[in-house]
Amino acid sequence: MKIYPRQRHRVLQVIAKLLVPFVLMFALYVQFHGDFGPGGGFQAGVIFAAAIILHGLIFGLQRTRRVVTPGAVRVLVSGGVLIYAGTGVLCMLMGGNLLDYDVLAHDPLHGQHWGIFFVELGVGVTVTGVMISLFYCFASRRTDDARR
Amino acid sequence: MDHFIIICLLSFLVAIAVGIVVLRDLLAGVLLSGLYSFVAAAAFVVMDAVDVAFTEAAVGAGISTILFLGALTFTRHDQKRRGHDSLPALVFVVVTGGLLIYGTLDMPYYGSATSPAQTHPELAVRFIEQSAGEVGPPNIVTSVLASYRGYDTLGEVVVVFAAGIAVLSLLGLRRRTPVVEAPDDAPGDVPGNANGNANGDSPERPTDNGSGTRT
Repeated sequence: MKIYPRQRHRVLQVIAKLLVPFVLMFALYVQFHGDFGPGGGFQAGVIFAAAIILHGLIFGLQRTRRVVTPGAVRVLVSGGVLIYAGTGVLCMLMGGNLLDYDVLAHDPLHGQHWGIFFVELGVGVTVTGVMISLFYCFASRRTDDARR
Repeated sequence: MDHFIIICLLSFLVAIAVGIVVLRDLLAGVLLSGLYSFVAAAAFVVMDAVDVAFTEAAVGAGISTILFLGALTFTRHDQKRRGHDSLPALVFVVVTGGLLIYGTLDMPYYGSATSPAQTHPELAVRFIEQSAGEVGPPNIVTSVLASYRGYDTLGEVVVVFAAGIAVLSLLGLRRRTPVVEAPDDAPGDVPGNANGNANGDSPERPTDNGSGTRT
């Protein structure tokens, strides 16, 4: 890791480095525990993106872009919708209606469980991608304008 | 007791809203709007709408505050002084607010047992009684959103997707990142950016030949 000549915000950086993994972990908890408690894909995606954005605010956009590349964000944005719609189409292929999860497993309840799992995953992935790409767009505009 | 807490929280909301309007400091306004979302989330918790409260806290207090802070780095921290408050604007706002309040008079009271959502045989009653056997998850909100109304939620995800695509196509993600890397350049450190590019330590930015805003 490079040492920068002027490292301001040292305290913020240390604290952020401590916080970010826990925020990511909490987002995963909200994502996969949404069946049993409050939460779900949308909230989890927002929290996950907030952790990445926090990293970007503290460490600078360039370093965050190296961790979560813009190409990966684009894959996330469209991949979530694909997961969601793909689950629905899979239900049709297995003989049910669109988004009728009963047919996904032998037991309808298990099928519902799998269906909700993947659908919520799709929501979370898309929301994460959109939020991060919003931040990237606005933040990169700012640095360009400031140097112009 | 619930009523007392609700009244306290709602008057907090009014006080915070007045504060946002009165304050000239934009940073304080952004922080107050985050606080507004937190208080609103607390009110939702008191009303037993935990999922809504969670969303309000994550979206209203979390991500929109962060995006507002990012937007603040574009501009100054003080609101520009306006000359005078125009009378037509006041009339317009009062009339609109009055119409909105008039519109709520038709709605069922909070927690009313005779509201259509409670009495309709295919809605709340059915979800509460049969969702455990039909769908499974103990959180009925999840089973309604993801299974009973999965088609609606698919539409919502597509809306979020479309919004993201719109922003991407308008502003664009640059594929090539500049070689500059400096943590002191973070969008979060507002006070320093004026001298950040004044003392000329931002090196070798790739030459912008007019097509720089497109990827």
